[in-house]
Amino acid sequence: MATLTLRGLRKSFGTTEVIKGIDLDIAEREFVVFVGPSGCGKSTLLRMIAGLEPITAGELRIDDKRVNEVGPADRGLAMVFQSYALYPHMTVRQNMGFALRLARVPKAERDRKVNEASRILQLDPYLERRPKDLSGGQRQRVAIGRAIVRDPKVFLFDEPLSNLDAALRGQMRIELSRLHEELNATMIYVTHDQIEAMTMAEKIVVLRAGEIEQVGSPLELYHHPINLFVAGFIGSPRMNMLAVKVVATNPSGTEVELASGARLIVPSSGGARVGDAVTLGIRPEALRPDPNGVLQGEVRLVEQLGGLTLLHVAAEGIDDMTVQIEGSNGTRMHQSVRLSVDTSACHLFDSSGLALAHLTRHPLLAA
Amino acid sequence: MEDSLGRRILTFVLGWGVALLLFFPIFWMALTSFKTEAEAVTAQLMFTPTLDSYREVLSRADYLGFALNSVVVSVGGTVLALLLAIPAAYSMAFHPTARTRSTLLWMLSTKMLPSVGVLVPIYLLFRSAGLLDTRSGLVIIYALMNLPIVVWMLFTFYKEVPREILEAGRMDGARTGGEVWFLLLPLTLPGVASTGLLSLILCWNEAFWSLNLTSSSAAPLTAFIASFSSPEGLFFAKLSAASTMAVAPILVFGWFSQRQLVRGLTFGAVK
Ligand SMILES: Nc1ncnc2c1ncn2[C@@H]1O[C@H](COP(=O)(O)OP(=O)(O)OP(=O)(O)O)[C@@H](O)[C@H]1O
Ligand SMILES: [Mg+2]
Repeated sequence: MATLTLRGLRKSFGTTEVIKGIDLDIAEREFVVFVGPSGCGKSTLLRMIAGLEPITAGELRIDDKRVNEVGPADRGLAMVFQSYALYPHMTVRQNMGFALRLARVPKAERDRKVNEASRILQLDPYLERRPKDLSGGQRQRVAIGRAIVRDPKVFLFDEPLSNLDAALRGQMRIELSRLHEELNATMIYVTHDQIEAMTMAEKIVVLRAGEIEQVGSPLELYHHPINLFVAGFIGSPRMNMLAVKVVATNPSGTEVELASGARLIVPSSGGARVGDAVTLGIRPEALRPDPNGVLQGEVRLVEQLGGLTLLHVAAEGIDDMTVQIEGSNGTRMHQSVRLSVDTSACHLFDSSGLALAHLTRHPLLAA
Repeated sequence: MEDSLGRRILTFVLGWGVALLLFFPIFWMALTSFKTEAEAVTAQLMFTPTLDSYREVLSRADYLGFALNSVVVSVGGTVLALLLAIPAAYSMAFHPTARTRSTLLWMLSTKMLPSVGVLVPIYLLFRSAGLLDTRSGLVIIYALMNLPIVVWMLFTFYKEVPREILEAGRMDGARTGGEVWFLLLPLTLPGVASTGLLSLILCWNEAFWSLNLTSSSAAPLTAFIASFSSPEGLFFAKLSAASTMAVAPILVFGWFSQRQLVRGLTFGAVK
C-alpha cells in the first residue's frame, strides 16, 4: 500500500526522448490505468517505475522517498509482464514462491503464502505443473500469483491480458477488479484496450507520444474530454467528428452550422468566435433515427449486435457517421434516414483541438 | 513431413559416407596398433592381432601419469574458461553496450592468429613466471585459448533467454548473482554443458602448446604420443597404440555425452 509521486519524469534512449516530462500522483489503493496508442511510452513509463529502465531526468517517489537510484529488487513492487515471463524450469509452486525463497522466508510460511495465493486464483490443481503445461489463462494467473505472494506495495501490470482470447479477457478483467478490491493494493495497469481502461480504472492516464494528455476518472474522460485526441481515443465506437462553423454564441451555448446548413446549439462555450471553424464531436449514442431529425443521410451499413444496433451513415460530408441504437432495429442498408442529435452529449473543439468547456457537468460527475 | 524414398536413401548414403570417411583414420589407427611393426607399414587387412605394441608402449612410458595430466589440465582449463566466460557472456548478452558486438568479433578474431606467432612471447612470459612445464601453466593457456569460443557460445545461448524472465527475477528480488545462479544457469544448462564438453575435447586434443610448454612433469597425453614418433626405425605400430590409448578416454567420454553435445549445439533450433 503506497503512494507514488512522479515529477518531471523523462526518459531518452540515445538522442530520442520517449517520455517527455510526466507529472502524476497516485494515491494509496488506487487502480490507475495508462492508456495510449502503440509506441506512446506506456511500457517505458511502467518500467521506469519498476526500476527496470533508468530514469533520465525527474524524480520518482514511493511513499515520499526518492527511489530513482533504488534497484528493482529493493523497490518493493511486483510486476506482471505481457509475456507472463514465468520461470520455465520451475513448477507453479516454485514460480510463486521464488521471491520468498530469495528473501529467505522459511519454507512453512512460504508454502502458506503460496497456498493462499493459489486459493485466491484457483490454481490448486496446477501447483506441481510447469508453465509449459498450462493454458494461457492459467499462466496469466500464475504470473499474478507470483506478484500476490510478495505482498508488494504496488502491482504493475503491462498489458497482462493481451495474449488471451476475448472471453477469457472479459473474465480476467472481472477477476482483476475483484483482486483489487480484496487485496486493497495500489495497482498500475498498462493497456491500449480502452474497454479494459474504462471498466477497471479508478483513474485513467491518457498518454500520447510520451506526454500526458488527460488524467481523470473513466466517466470524466468520456463526458469531458479536454481535447480531440482524448475524445477520439476514449469511447467505442469512436466519437463522430464533423467540421462545422460557429454562427452565434449565446448564454445557452454555441450555435454551429453543419455542412448541409443544419444548425445545432451545443451547450459549450469558450474562446470560439462567430465565423470560427471548429470540430463538432458527437457520440454515437447521441444520434437517433427520428423523422424530424436535423441531419439527413443514407445508411451504408447496418451492424446488428442484438442488444445494440450500429448504423454507418453517410451524412454531412462524412462517409461513416456511426449511430448507436439500443436494441435491434429494422433500418436497412441504402435507406435514407433523418437523425436527431442529443446536443448535451456533443463536444466542440477549437482549431487547436482543445475542447470548449461544457456549460454543465455530467450529472454523475457534478458533485 | 514425410520424406520421399529417394531422399531418404540419399541422406542415408551421404550420412554414412561422411561418417565412415571421418572415422576411417581412427579405425586404421586402431587396426595398426594391433599389428607388428613389420605389418604396420603394409596395408594388409588380414593379420594375427597382437598386444606387443601396447606392452612395449606401457613399459617405456608412464601412461597413467600423462593421462592424469591430461585430465587435470583439460578440466582445469575448461573450468577456468567457464568461470571467466559466464559473467562476460552474461553482461554482453543482457547489458550490451555499443561496442559489445565488436568486442565479440575481436575476441573471435584472435583465434585466427596462428599460435606459433605468439610462441616466443608466451614462452618467455611462462619462463619468467615459472610456469614452464607446470599444470597450472597449461590450465591458464588452455583457458585463454578456448575463452573466445566459450564466450561466443555462451553468448548465443544467453541470447535465447527472454529478457523478461530475468527482469521478472529482478522484480522478485534477485540481484545479479541470483539472476545468474537461479535463472540463467538452469535455463541454459544444456548450452553450458555442451560448451564445457567442447572445451574439454579441444583441451584434450591440444598439441601445440603442450608440446612446447611442457617437457616431463606436466606433459599430457599429446606429448606421450609424440614421444613415440622417432626419426628412424619402425614405429607405426607403437605410435598407433599410444595414440589409441590417448584418444580412447575422450572417445568414450564423447560417446556418452554426444546426446548432450548435440542437444546443446541445436539448443536454439529446438527450444
Ligand atoms: N530500448 C529502447 N531503445 C530505443 N527505443 C526504445 C526502447 N524501448 C522503447 N523504445 C521506443 O520508445 C517508444 C515507447 O515504447 P513503449 O514500449 O513504451 O511503447 P508502448 O506505449 O508500451 O507501446 P505498445 O502499446 O506497443 O506496447 C517507442 O517509440 C519505442 O520504439
Ligand atoms: Mg508496451
